[in-house]
Amino acid sequence: MLWACFTLPNLAMDAVLRSHPDPDRPLVLLDGHAHDRHLVAVNVAARQAGLYAGQKLATAQALLADFEMRPYDAAATAGWLRFLAALAYQFSAEVCLMPGAIALEISHSQRLFGAWPQLFERLQQLLQAQGFQHRLAAAPTPQAAAVMAAERPLQAVTGRGELHAALRGVAVERIGFSGNTCARLKAMGLRTMGQVLQMDRSHLQRRFGQDMVSLLAKLLGEAPDGLERFRPADVFDHHVELSHEVENTGALIFPLRRLTQDLASYLAGRDGGVQHFVLCLDHHGRPATRLDIRLLAPERDAAMLFETARGRLEALQLPAPVLDLRLKARHLPPFVPEGRDLFDTRPAHAIPMAQLRERLRARLGDEAIYRLAPTVDPRPERAQHKGPADTVQTAPQPRPSWLLTQPVPLRGAPPRILAGPERMETGWWDEGGIRRDYYLVQTADGQRAWAFCPSGEADGWMLHGWFA
Amino acid sequence: MSAVLALAPLLEARQVWKGKTAANGTGSHQPTGWPALDSVLPGGGWPDAALSEVLLPVDGVGELRLLAPALARLSQTTRPIAVVAPPYVPCVAGWQQLGIAMQQVEIIQAQGSDALWAAEQCLRSGSCSAVLAWPQQVDDRVLRKLQVAAGTGQAQAWVFRDRHCLRQPSPAALRVELVSQPTPGIRVHKCRGAHAPATLIALDLFG
Repeated sequence: MLWACFTLPNLAMDAVLRSHPDPDRPLVLLDGHAHDRHLVAVNVAARQAGLYAGQKLATAQALLADFEMRPYDAAATAGWLRFLAALAYQFSAEVCLMPGAIALEISHSQRLFGAWPQLFERLQQLLQAQGFQHRLAAAPTPQAAAVMAAERPLQAVTGRGELHAALRGVAVERIGFSGNTCARLKAMGLRTMGQVLQMDRSHLQRRFGQDMVSLLAKLLGEAPDGLERFRPADVFDHHVELSHEVENTGALIFPLRRLTQDLASYLAGRDGGVQHFVLCLDHHGRPATRLDIRLLAPERDAAMLFETARGRLEALQLPAPVLDLRLKARHLPPFVPEGRDLFDTRPAHAIPMAQLRERLRARLGDEAIYRLAPTVDPRPERAQHKGPADTVQTAPQPRPSWLLTQPVPLRGAPPRILAGPERMETGWWDEGGIRRDYYLVQTADGQRAWAFCPSGEADGWMLHGWFA
Repeated sequence: MSAVLALAPLLEARQVWKGKTAANGTGSHQPTGWPALDSVLPGGGWPDAALSEVLLPVDGVGELRLLAPALARLSQTTRPIAVVAPPYVPCVAGWQQLGIAMQQVEIIQAQGSDALWAAEQCLRSGSCSAVLAWPQQVDDRVLRKLQVAAGTGQAQAWVFRDRHCLRQPSPAALRVELVSQPTPGIRVHKCRGAHAPATLIALDLFG
């Protein structure tokens, strides 16, 4: 077994900053009761001004006049941890959530993704792209990997013996023992793990209790790690709270790009696609505006999802200022990548037809692109429809290439009849019954027209199509 | 200038432009299917991956019939044909009678500038074998965009315009005008790579 673990020392702040329009302004996250407000996390600009996590709000305000404050949201932070775990799920089937860290079993993934240096690189790229600070290391147990991520970042401790050697110099506070245990260990003169490991276990158990010894066993891989395996959720529901009331859709593009990128990463993590998702625009004091985005096939390309959603969002008239943008996807069907020919002759930068179709639909409307197919009905108005073909046989009589949506009177001099009549007397079973004689005629301008008269008459010409 | 330069290396290095290469060198062509027309066009057909302009006196003088042999052939390929904002409803039976496989014809409804945008997207995507469009009130800048997009996406572009647009300059690789009266025929106004023949080519599209 080899576990990679990345710790996220700045998770809460990173999660806020990634959808923040101005990350360079001093920003702090606050927690605690009204009379005991303190800083939980600070960004780089705030730290440079002398602010730090754990500081009292009053002290911070004395140091810096103008900084942005946001409440610390523990639930949202836990949600981001689960989101990152879902992304890590693409590298391993065994992913565990730990406090402020994610561990994944990589001994079986190395065959597919390459040895651990390559795998580390991919994990780092993933986390960097998502904008999360992290420390990464690998060890035979998840607990040991979490310790090593802080002690020896970007290294892998592969064997038991090596682990013992690596732990020898680690201070006892770094292991995750309770504060009381740490204090008593130090009182006994045991400052490093090397000293603790030399002690007899039964002796330790008598002095520090079962919890401390079982943690030690889990750390060294002598006992099962006891962590629950993570399964990504079957729905995607993320939102971006906007820092001010947004009145035009242009200002929603940046958060939308973030949301669609997150969705695409999430889908890649679970090897799925999305065919239908909803954008919810929350307003103050009125129901949210809901924008349904339906695709023709499951997709997961970030650029395509963004473009599709953007086209629809830009066409929207905002009824009121927007406070919050939410992206929800309930059904995440399996994604089947389009098969490409090995000897594809299309240009290198070509975009596939499916993507082109979505792009056109996004701007022109859902029904704007279609195919026409023949039906079994002989009436010209009903002989074709949008959808699959009912029949493969074609009409025996000549048909025009253009049809008018509605027949119009044929103006000008009486036309010259070239062929016909073709009597069409049908449709008596429903409302649209017709009794017409169709002719192929030529107008004075030399146009070939498809025109009809009422059955049995040779007057009252109606134009119905062109032989173009 | 004492050194004597051999011509062949200059030509091979492509430092000397040859007028004829455009016509019969790299630029391939799609036969129009009308022998009388093929014989006068450089390369013997519609220029491939380029914009062709068809000018009409009125609608319904055989403009689709002129394209039908090429469209029928293209509809047998894997890439679909895009018909962007047609002026009338395409009649499935009529198109099938012209030999065009309708399951490969994508019809796109759009208006005004959206139609031109859609046509350009289809051409540029490389996913369409041909694009048919009916631009209204456009200048040569818009047509040039379509011409560039056709080259980028390796697609055939056909635009249908009214005959009075003949006065405007056009970046199209080929400009032909359909004539219905008094004798039906076709006049080539511009063809890249050769001089356009001055005479009317008699061509009865309904014959």
